[in-house]
Amino acid sequence: MTSLPACTDKKLGLSIDLDICVGCQACVTSCKEWNTGGYSAPLSDHDPYGADPSGAWLNRVHSFEVSEPGWARTLHFPRSCLHCESPECVTVCPTGASYKRTEDGIVLVNPDTCIGCKLCSWACPYGAREYDHDDGVMKKCTLCVDRIYNDTLPEEDRVPACVRACPTGARAFGDFADPDSAVSRAAEERGGFDLLKEFGIGPVNTYLPPRRGPAAQANPHQPGHPATSPNGARVAPLPASLAKPGGTLEKLFAWADRALTR
Amino acid sequence: MPSQPKVAMDIPAGDTMRQTTCYICACRCGINVHLKDGKVKYIEGNRNHPVNKGVLCGKGSAGIMQHYSPARLRAPMKRVGPRGSGQFEEISWDEALELATDWLGSVRKKDPRKLAFFTGRDQSQSLTGFWAMQYGTPNFAAHGGFCSVNMAAGGLYTFGGAFWEFGDPDWDLTKYFVLFGVAEDHASNPIKIGIGKLKARGAKIVSVNPVRTGYNAVADEWVGIRPGTDGLFVGALIHELFRTEQIDLDYLVRYTNAPWLVIDAPGTARDGLFARDASGNPLAWDTAKGGLVNGKAAGITPALTGRRDLPDGSTARPVFELMAERYMGGDYTPEAVEDRTGVPADQIRRIAAELAHVAFQEEIVLDRPWTDWAGRRHDKMIGRPVSMHAMRGISAHSNGFQTCRMIHLLQILLGSIDSPGGFRYKPPYPKQTPPNLLPHGASGDIKPEMPLGGPHLGFPHGPEHLLLDDAGQPSRLDKGFSWDAPMSAHGLMHMVINNAATRDPYGIDVLFMYMANMAWNSSMNVPGTLDALTAKDDAGNYKIPKIIYSDAYYSETVPFADLILPDTTYLERWDCISLLDRPISEPELVADAIRQPVVTPDRNVRGFQEVLIDLGARLKLPKFVNEDGSPKYPGGYPDYIVNHERKPGIGPLAGFRGADGEDSCVGAPNPDQLDKYIENGAFFGLHMAPEHAYFRHANRGYLDWGIEKGIRMSAEPTIFQLYSEPLQKFRLAAQGHGDRQPPERARDRIRAHFDPLPFWYPPLEEQAVSGYPLHAITQRPMHMYHSWGSQNAWLRQITAANRLYIHDSVGAQIGVVDDDWVWLRSHLGRVKCQVRLMEGVNPLTVWTWNAIGKRKGAWGLDDDAPESNQGFLLNHLISELLPAGGGGYRYSNSDPITGQAAWFDLRVAIEKADGAGETEPRFEPLGHASQPPSPRKLAFGRSFRKART
Repeated sequence: MTSLPACTDKKLGLSIDLDICVGCQACVTSCKEWNTGGYSAPLSDHDPYGADPSGAWLNRVHSFEVSEPGWARTLHFPRSCLHCESPECVTVCPTGASYKRTEDGIVLVNPDTCIGCKLCSWACPYGAREYDHDDGVMKKCTLCVDRIYNDTLPEEDRVPACVRACPTGARAFGDFADPDSAVSRAAEERGGFDLLKEFGIGPVNTYLPPRRGPAAQANPHQPGHPATSPNGARVAPLPASLAKPGGTLEKLFAWADRALTR
Repeated sequence: MPSQPKVAMDIPAGDTMRQTTCYICACRCGINVHLKDGKVKYIEGNRNHPVNKGVLCGKGSAGIMQHYSPARLRAPMKRVGPRGSGQFEEISWDEALELATDWLGSVRKKDPRKLAFFTGRDQSQSLTGFWAMQYGTPNFAAHGGFCSVNMAAGGLYTFGGAFWEFGDPDWDLTKYFVLFGVAEDHASNPIKIGIGKLKARGAKIVSVNPVRTGYNAVADEWVGIRPGTDGLFVGALIHELFRTEQIDLDYLVRYTNAPWLVIDAPGTARDGLFARDASGNPLAWDTAKGGLVNGKAAGITPALTGRRDLPDGSTARPVFELMAERYMGGDYTPEAVEDRTGVPADQIRRIAAELAHVAFQEEIVLDRPWTDWAGRRHDKMIGRPVSMHAMRGISAHSNGFQTCRMIHLLQILLGSIDSPGGFRYKPPYPKQTPPNLLPHGASGDIKPEMPLGGPHLGFPHGPEHLLLDDAGQPSRLDKGFSWDAPMSAHGLMHMVINNAATRDPYGIDVLFMYMANMAWNSSMNVPGTLDALTAKDDAGNYKIPKIIYSDAYYSETVPFADLILPDTTYLERWDCISLLDRPISEPELVADAIRQPVVTPDRNVRGFQEVLIDLGARLKLPKFVNEDGSPKYPGGYPDYIVNHERKPGIGPLAGFRGADGEDSCVGAPNPDQLDKYIENGAFFGLHMAPEHAYFRHANRGYLDWGIEKGIRMSAEPTIFQLYSEPLQKFRLAAQGHGDRQPPERARDRIRAHFDPLPFWYPPLEEQAVSGYPLHAITQRPMHMYHSWGSQNAWLRQITAANRLYIHDSVGAQIGVVDDDWVWLRSHLGRVKCQVRLMEGVNPLTVWTWNAIGKRKGAWGLDDDAPESNQGFLLNHLISELLPAGGGGYRYSNSDPITGQAAWFDLRVAIEKADGAGETEPRFEPLGHASQPPSPRKLAFGRSFRKART
């Protein structure tokens, strides 16, 4: 069984805005694309052109309907490792291949020591770990550990591939240990929530809930995302109704009968 | 605890990075392609690119699998078995091109009409259209006729712009955004970025769509409208604006034809036309002067109401008054439309009030001086921060043109077109309205071995511009620009195959198509289309004698062609995304782009445009050869891109022109132009001055600058045509006026639909059939939008089979639960498929993901792939012809004005099917012996793996 660090210097993770995610799958395929050639290479695919295509993915989006009285919508729910503070996938690991990094809290699998016993996938309540049949080891989100510290990439690209690709800006990356980070502030102001909090394993990734109407948001976009626009003011609340009584052609024509210059 | 393993943090994304333009959908995003050891390793968005600004969608990020698909074609092929058998023989390019030249050359010598040249994906239409023009056939168009011509034509006839790449909501300033009929479609990344911006600012998003998925799922308010009734909903919003007197009258007087006088002389040939002065200027009544004046003149004080006497004794009334009467009438009250639309009257009233509130109480004032068309200086720009976007949900109905016009009318009444916060043009728009580009290809214009007198596609102003033969019959095979579809500005690609096989209006010799899956999901009535492709005459010859097809992949259409010209993937090709065609401009940026080969093909394939230029030279088409007959572009497509000039100084690419590469838009060809594009990230962008950025339809600075840059033809302002006189001209013809008369069968149809003021009518299929209580529509999933993703090993893991989504109440009524099988029936046929129940769909509507269903044998998929056994198409239910009306004639299942394919008019009945099984109809597997077997597993990226510790 594998032990956890007493604490980590940083708590790196993702802020995922369920109000903005349109379910486009950009985070899913950009993740696959980077990681099949990166730290987790390869992410194998079985029967890719056949009856039951399946492969190893580190991030998936599920779309389903939710409804409460007076409110209903389709929810697009991206799901990947949440880099928990007390990850049971690590503590069950018999070889130490799964570990939580002391410097940033990222949960990783060392493919050289993973024996593919799959205990971790049973322990994870989020279903975030995937067994790569071809490679014989477990694969999981690395928060693109081979991007975020990678000096060969331009500084602005040192974010996970999913954040780099997300067209709406529903995903942001940052340090939840820093209360002033953009992701911490967004969680604070938007009521970010822990997924399956009752398990007590302290997920680091935070989900921002769907809003119940138009309201400006507190900077959850990754800095530098094209949606981070300086323009525009907050929009005043909308009126219940401005409908005027009456309404006849004669009245309209009288109203339109005025000096108008072209 | 043990020490942590060391993780390599310094592995570069690749050893080489090349920039090009994505081509998986129509969005045309800039991409950085990282290569390692010559293999594509990683594709990301180009941060500097105007379209995607660095982000990349689910398709683009799966581009590696698109590029390395086993379904890629490998070499030119000649059919050796019967059509559809998939029996081919590989041939050399020389043999392929000689064969094509032989077929095309003999047609051109005898009767150029006998070539029908239609392209599916149309990002190089300025080249393909130019080639067809030089060839001399009238039978050319791209896929716009079955995609979104209603949006293009509806906008261009109204305000000289349109939705999609002709304009954009002012994402940075708009406060209220209404999205009509946009599922996961046009445009991909820009809408997603825009939604992110709106959400950040707290702008309200209202979605009007029968289905609440995708963008509609994140909207603040969902209007779950019944398909095909958007015109009623919009009409009711307009009704409310008139009723509550919340209309931008100043804007109407300045920029629209609202004050122009319309002659009221029923029964005469002038009825419904604008009253005009001797110079042809439209007249208005000037309240200050108390007389008739030129309605286009600056400084007049025109009346918006009141019947006026004309010098000839007749009377006329202003457009505004006619418009008010139409929308204030009983047809468009919220109560009158609520049943039919399914939108409660209270909701309509509230949305109208919100639109008006934001437009007028929350106006935006930019301290940005500008000069109007008449030279008057204004110190501010006043914006109405309401914007709208609409696409195929409006377009793909037979009432889509008028509905689209009505949406623009709504924007104009609110004063929001090209105002800050409103809907903004993207250069080279606005154009003049009605557009001054006319169609070419009337029978007198077609001569052996001669080019056509001008471009095929245009915008008729009246019956005089129809393309007819001497007997009044259609000149074009698709019956475009005939009385069946007078304003078919993009042609009717969906009618080509069936018309050719039935020889109505005439037979052809060669069908030449590019990148259009017409034997499957791009055709209505797939079984009928397959019959047409394989139909033989009494002598045993195919009724469509020769079919040439170019595609990159082994699609369902390939086995039906006689000669295959294999195209490259998007990473192996040159292209230009041109201002002459469908540019990538942003509202404040004139922009275009290129594709460059970032990898070399490992197959014997050539880019289609390269091949077309080669064929042009072999056929000795005038503009493709020099005077001595030698090829004009010996360097192929790149040579054409750089050196072709449509007019002196204007070529396919606008950037880096002139000997020193310093000229923009207009300038001599620059031999280093492509290098400059590559240096600049494969695109070019020219910013416009802030004072030119709004009100461009009437902005003197912009109009003059546009002429200087060659993107504007006229220095006159674009005056919005709320009332469209060209429509009235067709209507007058239908009433018996003029020397160009429609056939008797068409009179009522034209009289009814060519209303110069936008109005709503029930979709034509539902007028013609009964017993089909539900609407059936489709959309593409975002990760496959505008692309064929089924051969993509990653994307098909996300969606490999589709379900029919039905409302919970429909499920309860017919007694089905998720994954049960049902029969869906239309007046054409029936399809067996599995259902999924949902709440977020209009209860009278069923829908599915389009083009997931695949035919066995195509796309490199195994015969037991879910795409072929559970996946299904609604196309089998959609007839390309409407049921016969009076007189027995069957019109195309299209908008009667534009010929837009009416995919979403489909009406169906549903019943539970017995037991399980597989989808029906299923078709014989296509032979695919020419293709390599697909791999059993993939471990893409293994070769990139380093030692891990």
